[in-house]
Amino acid sequence: MSFFKKLKDKLTLQQDTMSDKFREGLTKTRDNFTTKMNDLIANYRTVDEEFFEELEEILFQADVGFDTVMKLVEELKMEVKRQNIKDTKDIRSVISQKLVEIYQGDEKFNNDITLQEEGLTVILFVGVNGVGKTTTIGKLAHSYKQDNKKVMLAAGDTFRAGAIEQLEVWGDRVGVDVIKHAEGSDPAAVMFDAVQSAKARKADILICDTAGRLQNKVNLMKELEKVKKVIEREIPGAPHEVLLALDATTGQNAMTQAKIFKEATNVTGIVLTKLDGTAKGGIVLAIKQELGIPVKLVGLGEKMDDLQPFDAEKYVYGLFADLVDEVPDED
Amino acid sequence: MAFEGLADRLQGSIQKIRGKGKVNEADVKEMMREVRLALLEADVNFKVVKSFVKKVSERAVGQEVMQSLTPGQQVIKVVKEELTELMGGQQSQIATAKKPPTVIMMVGLQGAGKTTTTGKLASLLRKKHNRKPLLVAADIYRPAAIKQLETLGKQLSLPVFSMGDQISPVEIAKAGIQKAKDDHQDYVIIDTAGRLHVDEALMDELKQIKELSSPDEIFLVVDAMTGQDAVNVAQNFDDALGITGVVLTKLDGDTRGGAALSIRSVTEKPIKFVGMGEKMDALEAFHPERMASRILGMGDMLSLIEKAQTNVDEEKAKEMEQKLRTASFTLDDFLEQLGQVKQMGPLDEIIKMLPGANKMKGLDNLQVDEKQLGHVEAIIKSMTMKEKEQPEVINASRRKRIARGSGRTIQEVNRLLKQFEEMKKMMKQMTTAQLKGKKRGGFNLPFMK
Repeated sequence: MSFFKKLKDKLTLQQDTMSDKFREGLTKTRDNFTTKMNDLIANYRTVDEEFFEELEEILFQADVGFDTVMKLVEELKMEVKRQNIKDTKDIRSVISQKLVEIYQGDEKFNNDITLQEEGLTVILFVGVNGVGKTTTIGKLAHSYKQDNKKVMLAAGDTFRAGAIEQLEVWGDRVGVDVIKHAEGSDPAAVMFDAVQSAKARKADILICDTAGRLQNKVNLMKELEKVKKVIEREIPGAPHEVLLALDATTGQNAMTQAKIFKEATNVTGIVLTKLDGTAKGGIVLAIKQELGIPVKLVGLGEKMDDLQPFDAEKYVYGLFADLVDEVPDED
Repeated sequence: MAFEGLADRLQGSIQKIRGKGKVNEADVKEMMREVRLALLEADVNFKVVKSFVKKVSERAVGQEVMQSLTPGQQVIKVVKEELTELMGGQQSQIATAKKPPTVIMMVGLQGAGKTTTTGKLASLLRKKHNRKPLLVAADIYRPAAIKQLETLGKQLSLPVFSMGDQISPVEIAKAGIQKAKDDHQDYVIIDTAGRLHVDEALMDELKQIKELSSPDEIFLVVDAMTGQDAVNVAQNFDDALGITGVVLTKLDGDTRGGAALSIRSVTEKPIKFVGMGEKMDALEAFHPERMASRILGMGDMLSLIEKAQTNVDEEKAKEMEQKLRTASFTLDDFLEQLGQVKQMGPLDEIIKMLPGANKMKGLDNLQVDEKQLGHVEAIIKSMTMKEKEQPEVINASRRKRIARGSGRTIQEVNRLLKQFEEMKKMMKQMTTAQLKGKKRGGFNLPFMK
């Protein structure tokens, strides 16, 4: 049985499959992608250099990472040569196979957020400006609150005007405590206090906000390392998760973001935000492939329950669904 | 995964065609492929890339590149010219209404930086244009967005108009403009909530605000890191509202910013300002040429050419070349060359600017010690005329004297003399090799570690 067939069956079995929202959000890209792919195959009878250029463009359009596209196309070329494929109709299955290979890299990763069985779990949020860290924290706090966890928030963005208030509003909405200092104070000190009071109040989960910073600002990245160190020092093994918030509209720069934030804070997972627009953040495939950082959560809107666990199968299936449907059964 | 600029990308093709007298159409095609990849890598939308490459390609296949002796450079030049042209001129003026107040509307996706840019723009209007702006907080959706604008207003000592988050943004905009009229403020900047370009309800809200406040400027605020989707965002906002300009934010990051080109070519609206940092004065006018260089990842090389052109005296260079050919190159000439090189700026910077320098033998990981350069200068200056012209006369006692005179050690004097001899030999080889078309070897200058 072919891999995609298996995947399809599996998804059909799960009647509660992907939420409508998720599907809705992905439809636009998927339509685009599939139409393009079908056009491509229809337009080009023979597999030649031009065909590959078109193919590259389709992949680029989904913001799939530069090197990933190059590698994929390179491998396809080899495969075409090896199997002596001349007709574009015959290349479809080869493309599918290669997409599967990108995808299968995902399977080994744990896409869940690991909570400590006993005691406090600390989750640290990092990322560049305006990607949606604070909003995601609000939503995540809400979801843990629903699970009857005692959640606390640390207002570590002491830099941006109104950031502390923004987190406080979320705290009120969700009904959880927010530990804060004044605007302009040392974020590491906020973290120290937050960890102390989370321990004292026997909280289950402490979610720490930090100020957005561009990854090329060396001093700000050092500050972030310090924030992390303070948490580490107070609770060995913490922060248990370091989540990098990534805007789905971001292009190739997302790779640099992931790389440098990983170096500074050992990022354990990605939250892909704003996936309800037309951009789909295909770069996460490349990030997974090159840096091994899995996506753990996706943001699909501004409401409290618009945060969902990332399901790699559904994501890839959603992106390439119609193309997959065309895969001829091999068994 | 390091990003390669266009210049680096073209190195491969240039190396291949080196030695060929002329390039043919196939060579140009190969170079065009590199141009295309460089642009795609910089996040320029693929459709935009396509039409752009077509245009450049036509020019390249024509006279300019194929006739040129330096086709690689020529391609870069053509690409940069076309790109700069496509970016439009520098247009950082802000409209002024005939009857104040002038109304500016800020729109864009969530997290693009509208509120921060609103503050920066107000600050700019006051500082540079001596205007009195009123900030209107019309983002009632994001928690504490109003508070953020109020805080910025306080920092800047500028008035902020808000009505809380229970009143429709349309009403807030209307009341804000009235407030500006009453208080004789001559600019009103309306900070709207971030929204998705496909969210019809919220896009309608913006249309209503527009209708009601008839803004003189509608600025679309876009994150410079945006990928392929930039065209969709810009197109939708422009279709719905008819934007008048674009502000590109977070350009102080390390993104190549190809989105700028995408937005510009789908909307044909000018990019007016760029956000260069989190401070309130970090808003700059948009420079099309700088942006073009940035997208191509090659700004430095062009400034190197500029530097070389301005600093190296052409006549002297010719004279020097003649000396090299006849091998009458003296330590004095060497010193003069050093002086010219020094005028161009820090050496390691200059070497870094050379495309492909990292691929050249002996130049990779090169560290140039500026101090060493000074030492070399001191040593040569401590020589007599005769010594400089005929270094072979320098015997042990002369060495000792030179060392004492320059405050360096004898070993250093020895090293310099040896390196100079080698350099002369190499230059002789180079000039004969150039004449015969032979390959050149690696080289080592006295100030290189």
